[in-house]
Amino acid sequence: MSGFPILSLMLAIPTVAAVGCLFLSPSGARWLALIATLVDFVLGIGLWANFDIGGAQWQFVENAGSVGVFDWKLGIDGFALMLIMLSVFLMPICIGASWVAVQKRVQEYMACFLITEVLMIGTFAAQDLLLFYIFFEAGLIPMYLIIGIWGGANRIYASYKFFLYTLLGSLLMLVAMLWMIHYTGTTDIPTLLKTDFPRQVQTWLWLAFFASFAVKMPMWPVHTWLPDAHVQAPTAGSVILAGVLLKLGGYGFLRFSVPMFPEASSQLTWLILALSGIAVVYTSLVALVQSDMKKLIAYSSVAHMAIVTIGLFAFNQQGIEGAMVMMLSHGLVSGALFLCVGVIYDRLHTREIDRYGGLAINMPRYALLFLFFTMASIGLPGTSGFVAEFLSLLGTYQVSTVATAVCTTGIILGAAYMLYLYRRVVFGDLTKDDVRVMPDLSLREIALLAPVAAVVLWMGVYPESFLAPMRGDVATLVARVERAKPAGDSLPTAGHAVIPAAHVEARP
Amino acid sequence: MTDSLMMVLPEEILSIGSIVLMLIAAWGGQASTRMISWVAVAVLAGAMIALLGPASSGGVAFDGLFRADGFAAFSKVLIYGATAVSILLAPRFFKQTSGDDLRPEYPVLLLLSACGMGMMVSAGDLLVLYVGLELQSLAAYVLASFMRRDTRSAEAGLKYFVLGALASGILLYGISLVYGFSGSTLFPQIANAYAGIAPGTHNFGLMFGLVFVFAGLAFKMSAVPFHMWTPDVYEGAPTPVTAFFASAPKVAAVGLAVRVAVEAMGPAVDQWRQIVIFASLASIIFGAVAAIGQTNVKRLLAYSSINNVGFLLVGLAAGTQAGVAAVLFYLTVYVVMTLGSFLVVLQMRDADGQPVETLASLSGMSRTRPGLALAMAIFMFSLAGIPPLLGFNAKLAVFNAAMAAGLYPLAVVGFVASVIGAYYYLRVVKVMYFDEPIGDGFPKSGDIVEGGLITVAAVFVSPVGWLVLAPLGLATMAAAGSLF
Repeated sequence: MSGFPILSLMLAIPTVAAVGCLFLSPSGARWLALIATLVDFVLGIGLWANFDIGGAQWQFVENAGSVGVFDWKLGIDGFALMLIMLSVFLMPICIGASWVAVQKRVQEYMACFLITEVLMIGTFAAQDLLLFYIFFEAGLIPMYLIIGIWGGANRIYASYKFFLYTLLGSLLMLVAMLWMIHYTGTTDIPTLLKTDFPRQVQTWLWLAFFASFAVKMPMWPVHTWLPDAHVQAPTAGSVILAGVLLKLGGYGFLRFSVPMFPEASSQLTWLILALSGIAVVYTSLVALVQSDMKKLIAYSSVAHMAIVTIGLFAFNQQGIEGAMVMMLSHGLVSGALFLCVGVIYDRLHTREIDRYGGLAINMPRYALLFLFFTMASIGLPGTSGFVAEFLSLLGTYQVSTVATAVCTTGIILGAAYMLYLYRRVVFGDLTKDDVRVMPDLSLREIALLAPVAAVVLWMGVYPESFLAPMRGDVATLVARVERAKPAGDSLPTAGHAVIPAAHVEARP
Repeated sequence: MTDSLMMVLPEEILSIGSIVLMLIAAWGGQASTRMISWVAVAVLAGAMIALLGPASSGGVAFDGLFRADGFAAFSKVLIYGATAVSILLAPRFFKQTSGDDLRPEYPVLLLLSACGMGMMVSAGDLLVLYVGLELQSLAAYVLASFMRRDTRSAEAGLKYFVLGALASGILLYGISLVYGFSGSTLFPQIANAYAGIAPGTHNFGLMFGLVFVFAGLAFKMSAVPFHMWTPDVYEGAPTPVTAFFASAPKVAAVGLAVRVAVEAMGPAVDQWRQIVIFASLASIIFGAVAAIGQTNVKRLLAYSSINNVGFLLVGLAAGTQAGVAAVLFYLTVYVVMTLGSFLVVLQMRDADGQPVETLASLSGMSRTRPGLALAMAIFMFSLAGIPPLLGFNAKLAVFNAAMAAGLYPLAVVGFVASVIGAYYYLRVVKVMYFDEPIGDGFPKSGDIVEGGLITVAAVFVSPVGWLVLAPLGLATMAAAGSLF
């Protein structure tokens, strides 16, 4: 498949379909969007199948030459592959989730989603700094429209907040990018990854990138746009926001901050650990008192993203792998949880937790799937959440025992708020008449949730499938940052080899 | 002498064309308006073709008074193009507006103004600069009050004239100081005078001259703190005239400022850079903050133009070839975005065909006129500098140049301030896309010319425009190279 521009094709199909959607009837637009996203998914599988594990770091490289100041240069490594897979996997599910729920301005809605898909794939595949920025930043436009047009009551405030918050962070990053381009004379990301920037400038550059990625991530205290955006966005908007857009921040840290500025990363690890530690505990406590289901899951997202950041800044194989698995796992699980909320929201049109109760009686299939995703969110062994949290915390433990202890507390709180949510919504008596008549999952809804459940289980039972493509890249990254690795406070000492019994007496 | 006359061929075509058309208008009267408009467009096209010849050869005409270099030619292409569009979009506006008809003088005045602007960007001498500026301005004063029975239009014309005359006075005072202390009005000799200031000493005459010249130029560019006239004039003038004011004279004024700064005052770069940086940041911030409260679309676009001048000055502040190239690139994109936005504003009419200008009247336009709303959204996002639209590339170019020149604080503050600007552009999109429609929306015009121009502008600004990025970059770089 070498030489075939599969990445450009994956970008072109949704673009063409998005333009096509504008000229079709509502149902035509739905079908076209579904077909386009499914085709992209199939291409994504082709990408994964042809990805040479252990081969070159950058694969499927395309270079169509210069476009003004930047180059049209695409290529992926294991990280990008996995995140692209996540995007193309969630996208048809998003379209399916909006099949019935979105009835107004369907053509524009589908076009916005397809454009979002293009921009997400582009962000992960870009190998040119400015091209990356363009894809990264352009995602604001469709998301602004999705939240603003199809969102809930307070959608306009949320859309502004989302847009301006993220724009401010990104522009600081752009300044840093321009500086890097002037310093190195290139916009090529693989080259920049091997460049050693001067020590004192690294800190500034790191902080500028941090301003952007921390907002996108989102990290405490700049997370406040997320609950607003989530609550007001339509279900599929929340899925894509939580599922993929939040990963842009983590991907940015992984692709830029850590490998390009290892010394600064090491120097500022305390900042990341402190903010993450606060985020885990604080947002978990906030989640505990929410009365709105979506808001609760949004706050849980912030907590989970904090686990990603501590893993990324662990400077070791386990931590970074854990962070990546956490991104994938959170993308699937929180996406699925938003779908679960969407299912009952479509029936009762409220997200108030107190309006529900006793769903286990009349919606058993729903109760089962919701329980499964709740457990995955908590990190029950056997689900993807466990693999992610375990690896991430294992890696972090080698850097900071305190941060690990704090973040583990957050996981316990996570179990508390998720189980509390589940108890209030699904268990108890079926007392409310309108809840009593709610039908169980339709075939369409099962078709949306079941594949996600299957992948969550797969990732939990056999994470090797997902870790293998990334292993080489993680090793490269760890080797790159090895020289700046901060001294950990856990002070692990090498264990003694098991001493053969015959020589026991010989030891003093 | 013949060489010199060949180098000013575009100006000759424009002046002779406008005089002939004026005579035709005098005898033909109102009935000849349509024909004169099209002939005027043809004259502009002819002048543009004439640019291919000696007019862009890089030569110097009339003993240094007039430059026929690539920079001038590039600016003139923009100026003539914007003027032609301003002529094309007038007829329907005036036809449907009660009270005043489109008179045949309208295209003639635009031609005269274009001629003056061509001289501004080609000037190699302070007096040629002044004559060109006045020719442009006097035509513009009349155009601003073109709707004689409309009090707002008359007010706009009067305000523009009084404040414009004041600015001309300031500029002329600066010119006289520069002449007095340098002994010449020719740019190279002025540059020598500035270069001759011994390090560590001051020549107050030359410095005061520089400050006054830049103050006068800032007025013409409508850069803060000399912007006060802009919102009132833009609001009061007939919309096609406003579209013209926001496009071609901006190119001319900025082109002129660049030429004066680089060619005449290049050695004093450290002095004028302070002024330019202040005007730049003040324009970016003030233009953005003041636009937030606006409810009139034309006023909003007026503040937007102030805001954009701020970004243009970022490129000038760099004072390098890359900076000037970025200014030219920004101007190109800016002219397209602005003309596109005003073309959309021209479509805003109530059921009786009367123009409406309130932001609220755009409510729900994405439902009533989806195509138009999409085009406007593209212009707004592009003006806000959001990728992948070309407005982003323009902002990137000027800030890139500023970074290359080591102006990091300017770049950081400018970028951050552009977030404020994004807010009000977003507001327009919000009104069009998020709000419920009121009434049936604007009636369709069915005008092929206007529809076509909007489409062309929107496609140019969209990612399709990436295709021209590389050639445009080369062209601007070559044009900027003629100044250094």
